Amino acid sequence: MNAIQPGAAAPTEPHAIDRTAAASQWRLMWWNFRRHKLAMAGGIIVLLLYVVALVPDFLATTDPGKQNARAVFHPPQMIRLIETTEDGWRIRPHVQAMRLTRDRVTLAPTFTPDPSRKIYLGFFVEGYEYELLGLFTTSIHLFGPENPRESVFLFGADRLGRDVYSRMMKAAQTSLFIGLIGVFLSLVIGLILGGISGYYGGRTDFVIQRVIEFVLSLPTIPIWLALGAALPQGWPPERIYLCITIILSLVGWAQLARVVRGRFLSLRTEDFVTAARLDGASEKRIIFRHMLPSFASHIIASITLAIPAMILAETALSFLGLGLQPPVISWGVLLREAQNIRSIATAPWLFAPGGAVVVAVLALNFLGDGLRDAADPYQK
Amino acid sequence: MLAYIFRRLVWMVPSLVAVSFLAFFLIQLPPGDYVTTYVATLAASNEIVDQRTAQELRERFGLEQPFIVQYWKWITGILLRGDFGLSFEWQQPVSGLIWERMGLTLLLTSSTLAMTWAIALPIGVLSAVRQYSVVDYFFTFIAFLGLAIPGFLLALVLMYVAVVHFGQDVGGLFSEEYQTAPWSFDKFVDLLAHLWVPVVILAVNGTAGLVRVMRANMLDELHRPYVTTARAKGLSEIRLLIKYPVRLAINPLISTIGWMLPQLISGATIVAVVMSLPIAGPLLLQALLSQDMYLAGAFLLLMCTLTLVGMLLSDILLALVDPRIRYD
Amino acid sequence: MTDTAPVLEVRDLHVSFPTRTGVVRAVDGVSFSLARGLTTCVVGESGSGKSVTARSILQIVDTPGRITGGQILFHRKDGSTLDLAAMDPRGRAIRDLRGDEIAMIFQEPMSSLSPVHKVGDQVGEAVRLHLGLSRRQARERAIDLLASVEIPDPHRAVDRYTFEFSGGMRQRVMIAMALACDPAVLIADEPTTALDVTTQAEILDLIGRLQQQRGMTVMFITHDMGVVAEIAHDVVVMERGKVRESGPVRSLFASPRDAYTRMLLGNVTKLERPSDIRLKRVEPPVPPPPILRIENLSMVFPIVKGIMRRKVGEVRAVDGVTLEVRPGETLGIVGESGSGKTSLGRCILRVTDPTGGAIHYRREDGTEIDLAKAEGEALRAARREIRMVFQDPFASLNPRMTVAQIVGEPLLVNGLARGAELRDRVSALLERVGIEPGWAERYPHAFSGGQRQRICIARALALKPRVIVADEATAALDVSLRARMLDLLLDLQDELNLAYVFISHDISVIRYMCDRVAVMHRGKVVETGEATQVCDNPTHAYTKALLSAVPRPDPEARRIHLRHRYVAAAE
Repeated sequence: MNAIQPGAAAPTEPHAIDRTAAASQWRLMWWNFRRHKLAMAGGIIVLLLYVVALVPDFLATTDPGKQNARAVFHPPQMIRLIETTEDGWRIRPHVQAMRLTRDRVTLAPTFTPDPSRKIYLGFFVEGYEYELLGLFTTSIHLFGPENPRESVFLFGADRLGRDVYSRMMKAAQTSLFIGLIGVFLSLVIGLILGGISGYYGGRTDFVIQRVIEFVLSLPTIPIWLALGAALPQGWPPERIYLCITIILSLVGWAQLARVVRGRFLSLRTEDFVTAARLDGASEKRIIFRHMLPSFASHIIASITLAIPAMILAETALSFLGLGLQPPVISWGVLLREAQNIRSIATAPWLFAPGGAVVVAVLALNFLGDGLRDAADPYQK
Repeated sequence: MLAYIFRRLVWMVPSLVAVSFLAFFLIQLPPGDYVTTYVATLAASNEIVDQRTAQELRERFGLEQPFIVQYWKWITGILLRGDFGLSFEWQQPVSGLIWERMGLTLLLTSSTLAMTWAIALPIGVLSAVRQYSVVDYFFTFIAFLGLAIPGFLLALVLMYVAVVHFGQDVGGLFSEEYQTAPWSFDKFVDLLAHLWVPVVILAVNGTAGLVRVMRANMLDELHRPYVTTARAKGLSEIRLLIKYPVRLAINPLISTIGWMLPQLISGATIVAVVMSLPIAGPLLLQALLSQDMYLAGAFLLLMCTLTLVGMLLSDILLALVDPRIRYD
Repeated sequence: MTDTAPVLEVRDLHVSFPTRTGVVRAVDGVSFSLARGLTTCVVGESGSGKSVTARSILQIVDTPGRITGGQILFHRKDGSTLDLAAMDPRGRAIRDLRGDEIAMIFQEPMSSLSPVHKVGDQVGEAVRLHLGLSRRQARERAIDLLASVEIPDPHRAVDRYTFEFSGGMRQRVMIAMALACDPAVLIADEPTTALDVTTQAEILDLIGRLQQQRGMTVMFITHDMGVVAEIAHDVVVMERGKVRESGPVRSLFASPRDAYTRMLLGNVTKLERPSDIRLKRVEPPVPPPPILRIENLSMVFPIVKGIMRRKVGEVRAVDGVTLEVRPGETLGIVGESGSGKTSLGRCILRVTDPTGGAIHYRREDGTEIDLAKAEGEALRAARREIRMVFQDPFASLNPRMTVAQIVGEPLLVNGLARGAELRDRVSALLERVGIEPGWAERYPHAFSGGQRQRICIARALALKPRVIVADEATAALDVSLRARMLDLLLDLQDELNLAYVFISHDISVIRYMCDRVAVMHRGKVVETGEATQVCDNPTHAYTKALLSAVPRPDPEARRIHLRHRYVAAAE
């Protein structure tokens, strides 16, 4: 018997409890979650990333597919906000232009800053044409060089002179959505199998349990590689994309199914579920009205934690050349450029997509961790 | 206890059958077969192979037979004669190509596992005991970072740093002079001198995950009544910590060995490709790309078997240290 | 308090727990002393701070709790005096005392012992630590200790794990552990609360005997006035972190000075006889036909094992039970844990399916159906008329639904009311059970245990039932709330002509509440009869043993040591 029972000690003073008394689980969870500073930060970053994923072209400065022979391994350019001229200084974002020179003997390109030329940047500038949200065609970009004929390489250029920054924006769309869709597919399989397992129990449960254990005991990357290798080379990129998503979720569902089953089993014997049954509620109502709200929050936390795993898997698979194929670009596809030590020695900025992966995974993990901690506001 | 181990061993049989089936299914999956790829490669160098030769090749490799017959031939060959079939690409028996690489894979993963535990346990305990302290926040953040960095990226960055700043190549497991040399003590020392780099890279991911698990387990155990009981006996905090909560928090961790092994093998596969380590991963990838089915199949089978055996060992270990499981 | 010199004096002790919302003063200026060689009971309801007080003596208050003021003076055998409150909780000085001169035992013998260490290891640990014995010597000592707490076959027990023992045996292990270094003071924190009454009696006996043999001082924390009356020499009554009254047990029971003590005692003695509400009732001249007839009901769990789910044995949870419940009466089902009383209750509502026998339910129109075999609409209809109240008011309310949704659920799903009518009926139900209807939009977490149980009752009443099965409905409540809850149930019975199947392990609750009672033991009903008759003059040997083991709140008539013992016939 402990004297301190935070949940149990119900204060009788009305003013002290008014706020929490009528608070639903989502509100209580939100209050818990808000205290988790890192998770909040993670949540904001995740939100921003998915905004990028929705409108990558709007944020890009150069057509991600456009090759530029004069910009091969063009180094990154830093944005400067303040311009100093002889008349003093003013706020005018710009980058220093670079001049390409070739070694006379080896013809190796070198870029040197060209102090005479500045490329001015502006907001909502004209650029290449693209479809915004798949709805209408536009050529307005959030920012870019004021003169559409000039180009800027914020994160440098690759071996074909393509803008790494713009490609990362476009790749974010693929990588982030493959995580989301893959997890969604996993969730569907996991919910169905885990739900069946947890709800019916007995022999069905036993069999499904063993299958889950078996799937979890497989080393994922070799299996993914084998499945990836099975995809015909000649398929259109969209179909490959779809198949890769399916391949990823074929292995990913087991973890989710375990979570669902565990929750289902423990909830099934809860007194309040029995009470609902005795109230005369139908099976459907018991599951959706009484049980689902209890584990929805846990499921949300689990899927949030599953997305980064999917992103990492896709990155690894594409990096090895068995995942998505160009012209589709994802962070993994971009990282293939960084595969050999010679390219990265000349152009270390090719690691930039790796940084994006780390940021995305980190943010999603923080968010998921916070969600998981907040998922049960009634515990303890 | 014996009954438990026996039951667990009996369970291995269907799992192994399933794994072998899966491995064979996967290597059969790609459209076409090795002969198709072979013919295509030859055609690329302007050599024309006529239909009859192709047909003969297929018959020699038994590629025309139904799936189940091929599977039966394959698995009985492995079980009865240790014969994993012929590598099309290398034109030699698969069994000659795999064992050294599998051995090195095992060495790499088990050293990584040992290192992971050695680092993660104390950090996890410390994080839990000093919950919400600077130390805890620091290690929590590091752990999250470790979880977020894919192993291959870390390997690339490390190789970049080594090449650009130290002018050294950290890839591979052997120095040049030992690469093809027969095994000797010097070669082994050379191996150890190279091994630590991939071990560290691979350990980062696992350690980060394990720290989180250990911390959570410890937090669960720290406030259990038996800890109070032990404290009421007059044990010092450190002795109490090690004898009771740590001892109990490790138990669920032991079962994670089983789950970590598949992840480690996965991670090792891709890191090995980046660092060109002579372990299973790169050759598997190559075999998959060239549809060298028996070679790929052998690797898939052995890698999966390795993780299954790992699971088995971790389960038995758990039963050894936790009487509750033994008596169940 | 007593003439003997105190061994421990607590003076103006303050312990507080800093929380996010403020500082909780769990112990707020507590003073008392323990007389050497005697038993002092500290009694109080949940949240009184009695447990925290006990823990602060050894400085093992759970974090973030801290002693913020006061003294704890410990007078040692050699004449020296130490202030325990001033010691560093992690320091050497207090550690040397713990388990050596002052030992402690706890409420939950299962979770308070490590599941992965052998009994001998845990029992012998203190002697190795404090007396520096070798591993082998500690083992020998552990065997002696296990023998002294009357654990059978101590030579084998020493190498066993705690989960291989029953609850009572585990508590004996715990006592053996505490006695290892012959402590001067034994602090027992509710050591019998988790045990059945007969096991409790055994443990109380054992502690008493050991105290006599060793001349130990015992500080016994409990919430049970009956236990206090049985074993205490001195009593300290606590409420909300303060001492309300203290003194020798006889004078405190005979003439309590403090209002809270009087209330506590009043509630306990109130439950010593049938309720006034029931005594006022008029018996109907002709007893009506029974509303429920349970015939030869059994429920058998198979024990399955291994991969093939082979059946290796069975548990007869309910074993050929035959009972009757008449309209408007209360049938008590009493028994210890594992007696099958809960399974019986759950069978009536078909929460679990019986494996044999029949439950004939007589509907309002006089027709009968067999609930054991009913399916579909017939079962649903019966469940509208037979309702259930669960033991744990925390688990039986969905934390994610408002009180209005919970109470309204049966009306809604049965299509009996909706919209404004639903709201009105929920308000009326809440008002009837004593919950402010304005709180209907609140969630269960805003209510205390007693209030939650009232909400459960409102939910049960929503469908105008004829029978309510109440499974340990008051077990989770403090004694002061218990009587009020029972009175509410009795009032509702008068008003709605309800029949209750009232399942409880607590004889006093049964005596207060029930008209007739059935005593269950190992799945069988061993005795049935009028409640007063069974409670005062039991005929079956098991009932006698059960009743005589119940501590009565009367220090003048201690009797547990005189109890009957029941040895079950070999099964």
